[in-house]
Amino acid sequence: MEHKVLLSANEAVAQAAYHAGCTVAAAYPGTPSTEVMENIAKLKDAIRCEWSVNEKVAAEVAIGASLAGARTLVAMKHVGLNVAMDPIMTFTFVGAVGGMVVIVADDPGMHSSQNEQDSRVLAKFARVPVFEPSDSQEAYDMTHAAFDLSEQFEVPVFIRLTTRTSHASTLVNIDPDAPRKEVVSKGYTKDIIRNVAVPAYARPMRARVEKRTEALRNFAANSEFNRVEKGDNHLGFVTAGISYQYVKEVFPEFSVLKLGLSNPLPVETIRNFAATVDRLVVVEELDPLLEEQIRAAGIAVVDVKTPLRMMELNPMRITALRQELLGDATPPPVQSTLDGLPNRPPVLCAGCSHRGVFYILAKLKATVAGDIGCYTLGAFAPLSAMDTTICMGASIGSALGMEKAGMDGRIAAVIGDSTFLHSGITGLLNVAYNRGTITTVILDNSITAMTGHQKNPGSGTTITGAETVTIDIAAICRAVGIKRVCEVDAYNLAELERVLKEELDAPEASVVIAKGPCVIATKANVGATPYVVDPNKCTACGLCFKLGCPAILRGEAVGKRFKSAIDPAACIGCDQCRQVCKFNAISPRS
Amino acid sequence: MNISLVGVGGQGILLTSEILSRTAALAGMDVKKSEIHGMAQRGGSVISQVRFGARVFSPIIINGMSDILVAFEKTEALRWRPLLKAGGKALVNNQEILPITVSSGQQPAVENPDSKLGEFFGDSLSTINAAALSSEAGNPRTANMVIAGALSTLTPFTADLWHEAMAGRIPAKLLDVNLKAFEAGRAAISAP
Ligand SMILES: Cc1ncc(C[n+]2csc(CCOP(=O)(O)OP(=O)(O)O)c2C)c(N)n1
Ligand code: SF4
Ligand code: SF4
Repeated sequence: MEHKVLLSANEAVAQAAYHAGCTVAAAYPGTPSTEVMENIAKLKDAIRCEWSVNEKVAAEVAIGASLAGARTLVAMKHVGLNVAMDPIMTFTFVGAVGGMVVIVADDPGMHSSQNEQDSRVLAKFARVPVFEPSDSQEAYDMTHAAFDLSEQFEVPVFIRLTTRTSHASTLVNIDPDAPRKEVVSKGYTKDIIRNVAVPAYARPMRARVEKRTEALRNFAANSEFNRVEKGDNHLGFVTAGISYQYVKEVFPEFSVLKLGLSNPLPVETIRNFAATVDRLVVVEELDPLLEEQIRAAGIAVVDVKTPLRMMELNPMRITALRQELLGDATPPPVQSTLDGLPNRPPVLCAGCSHRGVFYILAKLKATVAGDIGCYTLGAFAPLSAMDTTICMGASIGSALGMEKAGMDGRIAAVIGDSTFLHSGITGLLNVAYNRGTITTVILDNSITAMTGHQKNPGSGTTITGAETVTIDIAAICRAVGIKRVCEVDAYNLAELERVLKEELDAPEASVVIAKGPCVIATKANVGATPYVVDPNKCTACGLCFKLGCPAILRGEAVGKRFKSAIDPAACIGCDQCRQVCKFNAISPRS
Repeated sequence: MNISLVGVGGQGILLTSEILSRTAALAGMDVKKSEIHGMAQRGGSVISQVRFGARVFSPIIINGMSDILVAFEKTEALRWRPLLKAGGKALVNNQEILPITVSSGQQPAVENPDSKLGEFFGDSLSTINAAALSSEAGNPRTANMVIAGALSTLTPFTADLWHEAMAGRIPAKLLDVNLKAFEAGRAAISAP
């Protein structure tokens, strides 16, 4: 029976993939997209799913599945799409056989991302259709439609989610017990001219892509997802995705053309709509992609002055737009917050295995080219032991660049295990090949922690829990040509210091693998014996505070300094502070 | 109605907001719930917003638009006051979790937070001691359901409907202790 359930758009996509007969799904985790695959994995008996090692591989797995005739889905966050673009850019030439849906979740406002970018721009660049759901119901319906569209036009289809759809739950009318659509795989047909993109075959593909784009534009013009909601015609809004909700909230009385299938842009639909309203306003989150195309088609658009071009939109910003357009908007009075409130930044967990490495690297005064993961928190005080962060995998190449630029001193690249396997291996190969001497430190906690502890090739199990090979990171490093490779217990600070110093000062490239499981993933934090500080021995020297462990608190004041104290509820007994203390003041609680 | 729930990772905010949303859905209302929790595990702030009514558009509640601010932690109540509309209700859990910036001495703690709360929220403030009430009810890990119980008295939904939403979400073997905590929170707020 149909009924309404509360689902996030990520959950709705997973449900729809199941109901639409998807049989192969691949993804690499990334906020806010991660739960798409986590929910598909619950349907593992029906959908073969995997955490791929990176987004490019995930896209390639989906491409192969599509060519083999299966319905397939691939999911990633916005920056993951950058990684996946190479195969996608040519697969749009070759074209899908089984329906292929690409879920890409943008993060306007950068709640959990290193940059802000609008994936719709890349979809237009790749000449693929884009659905922009504004809630979970649409995410569900559009996923169904995307599979159909993909097969009808032989094209991969994008669904662009954003944080406020991916991580918002709204009511969806579904029948959870509805039978799965029986989609018969189209099977594999060997067709070299169709499937081998070499210049001679790619040229006709290129022409087909243009024809297909115009056919898709016509399709979009007649799509039920592109609809006019008639209202007062003094203003008419063209909007898409979550922006639609804000427009309806703030301008409920005016006409709206809601674009659910926004690429290729159905320009004539917009022209017709524009003719019915006095002033046309375009509201979209991030880049002015629709607006520029509409203007280019010679359709007059209000030149909005309210800044709406970057960061997340919200009803407040759209209220400012209303004030500009109509002068009748009164934002609600807002009460102040308390001045000087202490911040609450995220920190490495108490007992995190990454902490000691940063403590030692800071002590050794190394310049650290960093990377992306929980360990990026090593950049913040009091550790302050990371100099750069760019994108996943960038640490190794940029550390080599620093060396080649003639920078003085010790240079290290610091990278997590999942990140190393995602895109660090090629960088390391490049270091070996091009005779670098930098030290790469791999923080191996055997899990992809940052995004919620997903399995990776170093974990020993797959997304479904099935046992699999456990990749030997040290062997990979040796295989790409690094001679100096060693493994160190991440909790043994003296050993870490000795090894890091030796390797940083060595005249050739080296890798130090600091091993220590993530204490949250292994639940080492539950029921651990906490440590205590003996106030009679503590001299208030402050050294243990430099670890930045959230379980180490300020105790009794001694002049301007403080003795330390340990929060027994937070401490997991990792032993790092005991090793740091020069006065034997810290020990396990007896 | 717009309700913002704020606090620190690990306090059970997301479960509370999910049960609130399910209750609204059971009541036949449109409902949207939106949350930002990326850094929850590592001690960062967590915020979840729930809106319900005949028809809801934006999933986000903007400053000055929350009918109720539910703070699971005192500093977060002070931090997020701008969300609360003039005359809106603040329900604050009587717990303070010092952020790392304070425990490590980079920033001073809020001086006398209780009097600040009184100053900030005046008559619209209700406080609840969820830790004590949940322990009394049998399990200190149900503090979030004590807060849900207190919150329930400020919503248009019956206790039965809340119970139904909880039963639909909480595993059967934990349901009883959670219901007890919920009732303890309800009673604590109803008693003057
Ligand atoms: C291209 C790309 N894909 C995904 C992400 C999201 N992301 C950020 S860090 C991370 C994984 C980190 O795992 P690991 O390197 O093992 O470090 P840990 O968090 O375990 O310390 C992911 C998937 C991203 N930032 N960029
Ligand atoms: S989740 Fe794991 S890896 Fe991340 S900070 Fe906590 S202990 Fe460290
Ligand atoms: S042993 Fe020390 S460093 Fe480790 S978790 Fe406990 S207080 Fe923190």
